[in-house]
Amino acid sequence: MTSSTTGRTSAGAGPTPTGPEQGTGPGTGGALHVVQLLTPDGRRADAGEDPEVVAHAAALTPEDLRGMYRDMALARRADTEATALQRQGELGLWASLLGQEAAQVGSARATEPQDRVFPTYREHAVAMVRGVDPADILSLFRGVDRGGWDVAATGVSPYALVIGTQTLHATGYAMGVQRDGAVGTGDAGRDACVLAYFGDGASSQGDVSEAFVFATAFQAPVVFVCQNNQWAISVPAERQTRVPIAQRASGFGFPGVRVDGNDVIACYAVVRAAAERARAGQGPTLVEAFTYRMGAHTTSDDPGRYRPSVEVEQWRARDPLTRLEAHLRRDHGTGDDFFAEVARDGDALAAKLRRDVLEMPDPEPSTMFDHAYAAEHPQVEAERAWYARYVAGLEGEDVAEGGAGTQGGAA
Amino acid sequence: MSAIGPDGEPVVERVSIARALNLGLRAAMEREPKVLVMGEDIGALGGVFRVTEGLAKDFGEERVVDTPLAEAGIIGTAIGLAMRGYRPVCEIQFDGFVFPAYDQIVTQLAKMTHRSRGAMPMPVVIRIPFGGGIGAVEHHSESPEVLFAHTTGLRCVTPSNAVDAYWMIQQAIDSPDPVIFFEPKRHYWDKAELDPAAEPYPLHRSRVVRPGTDVTVVAYGPTVPLALRAADAAAEEGRSLEVVDLRTLSPLDLAPVEESVRRTGRLVVAHEAPVFLGLGAEVAARVTESCFYSLEAPVLRVGGFSVPYPAARLEDEYLPDADRLLEAVDRVLDT
Ligand SMILES: Cc1ncc(C[n+]2csc(CCOP(=O)(O)OP(=O)(O)O)c2C)c(N)n1
Ligand SMILES: [Mg+2]
Repeated sequence: MTSSTTGRTSAGAGPTPTGPEQGTGPGTGGALHVVQLLTPDGRRADAGEDPEVVAHAAALTPEDLRGMYRDMALARRADTEATALQRQGELGLWASLLGQEAAQVGSARATEPQDRVFPTYREHAVAMVRGVDPADILSLFRGVDRGGWDVAATGVSPYALVIGTQTLHATGYAMGVQRDGAVGTGDAGRDACVLAYFGDGASSQGDVSEAFVFATAFQAPVVFVCQNNQWAISVPAERQTRVPIAQRASGFGFPGVRVDGNDVIACYAVVRAAAERARAGQGPTLVEAFTYRMGAHTTSDDPGRYRPSVEVEQWRARDPLTRLEAHLRRDHGTGDDFFAEVARDGDALAAKLRRDVLEMPDPEPSTMFDHAYAAEHPQVEAERAWYARYVAGLEGEDVAEGGAGTQGGAA
Repeated sequence: MSAIGPDGEPVVERVSIARALNLGLRAAMEREPKVLVMGEDIGALGGVFRVTEGLAKDFGEERVVDTPLAEAGIIGTAIGLAMRGYRPVCEIQFDGFVFPAYDQIVTQLAKMTHRSRGAMPMPVVIRIPFGGGIGAVEHHSESPEVLFAHTTGLRCVTPSNAVDAYWMIQQAIDSPDPVIFFEPKRHYWDKAELDPAAEPYPLHRSRVVRPGTDVTVVAYGPTVPLALRAADAAAEEGRSLEVVDLRTLSPLDLAPVEESVRRTGRLVVAHEAPVFLGLGAEVAARVTESCFYSLEAPVLRVGGFSVPYPAARLEDEYLPDADRLLEAVDRVLDT
């Protein structure tokens, strides 16, 4: 990313588009330039944008764009199925990504296989783009495990449920990448960066500020991707910040960019530029994807208690999928066949996801004693043995020998 | 709606723990203008468990503060507000999310009275929904009470029913010391008859909630309803359990426990927190010391295991249930 981008976005000297990107209340809008490369009606609009960002967008082939659409549509379909599964009692909870498909698919597609991403609990599309089987996400929400995917193979860290915590881990991981000599070599297959996802609410956490401090102090190859979806459960973004979140970066000494989070092309290009900066050893960037949480916070939430439905309607007009569809139809000759095929694939994915979830075996009780420590721990082993005797006793076996005592303690 | 009738007379009604807490908070806020309520999503939403429902509307945003998402910020600013003469009641959304504030609680809140030689008391209440059994995802089912009870300067209490919830929250707010107030989240909707004109039981007192003769069972918070169920089951088999609701975890009030153990000679302590270094260890050690010659069997503890709280589909196996409690009862009786 060029320094002119940095200067312009941080100083807020760019054009001042109106509309929902400017926030729903005082404070978070401001006169910060919002990078948008695809208008809500699906037209490409590169004028005045950072040439490096524009170049990344221009390099996207129609096939890439159709791939982006596909990723967004499949993620949305999986998300819809997960919501239905929760309603039917098959999941304990679900955190829907509805409305955030562009921010997630665009940013994830800007990563390389050797990169690593640190998600919150809502980055289902990011995980899927990186090759995580959605069933391995739903296992967490079904309560059979803590998320079943292979972290090393996918480069997707486990979901973080404690708000903000993962931004520090991402920064530390990036410091490791740096120490391994995997930045600034110019070898595109080797240089790596780290993406740290977090929300507008998370931006208030001390951990996030500390992550910014460490990342800038060590020029760590990390891209902070804030999906500002306007809400932290019931609390609007303006309770967390009175300036655009992207603008915070300048106070820490690294660039911040606000991007239209419902424009998948802009999200891709801006994160791509930030990622290349990081891989080249030029330090962190904060990307604020300005978007909207179209659904409830989770299936336990009731947004009718705190936000006006007219706001949701306003954002519905800026749907990230409709926008890319319009663009593909107008400028790339993509026709009904493609969209019908994607819809069919989505239904097949959803059907498989449902089958996989319904077939997930409940975990063996004794597995709760597994992996509490990496090396054997006598206390845990004593409790494991006690529990086995206890269960056998319930089932009528004679376990008198060694059966006494407090749950593995002496007695 | 409140437990006060149209002519200001108290009305007896059946209320849930969540509602009783709401009524208790209202009563405290009406009595004392310095009482503030603060936390995440406690305004328009009324808190994720609806404990603060309607308070923002009735008392205004100056007194019901929907905070930014930062627990260290919530407790740290509550300390400052207390220095300025306010009585903040802070809500932590779930047990697992208190830890960003742990530094403020342990190094500052707990020590300010001592550090200032009493000049700066800290009348701060921290409400924490705790315990499991609700099928939640990670960090939503923890029982971290001993981490706070172990810290000098913090008082720790937990109501097990709506009546106690109503009175104890008000008594906690009246306390000149910081009080960590643990709410048994899986029982938020359990109802009891609340008479706001009744005489409240003291905050830092334990209480026998079911008399019995064979074995004393000590419980607190979510394990009290469990112990009562176990006592019912035991009664059918002709064994009589006496159940003591600890109510106060720091200071401990073991007088009713000791009195009971002197009669029964047998004690089982039950909590959801891991047994290892749990509150049961302290109770066992003290009762062994004070009732050594009355004990007919070793004191047994029933509780969580020394593992991270498991995924929801295993929590029934992890959590102590009536069977586990009764198995311990059998063992102390067999000795
Ligand atoms: C430390 C901590 N405090 C509180 C919570 C409860 N909580 C879960 S999600 C959430 C709101 C997060 O908002 P934001 O960061 O904007 O992310 P979003 O949910 O909008 O994606 C809160 C308060 C938590 N998970 N962790
Ligand atoms: Mg948000």
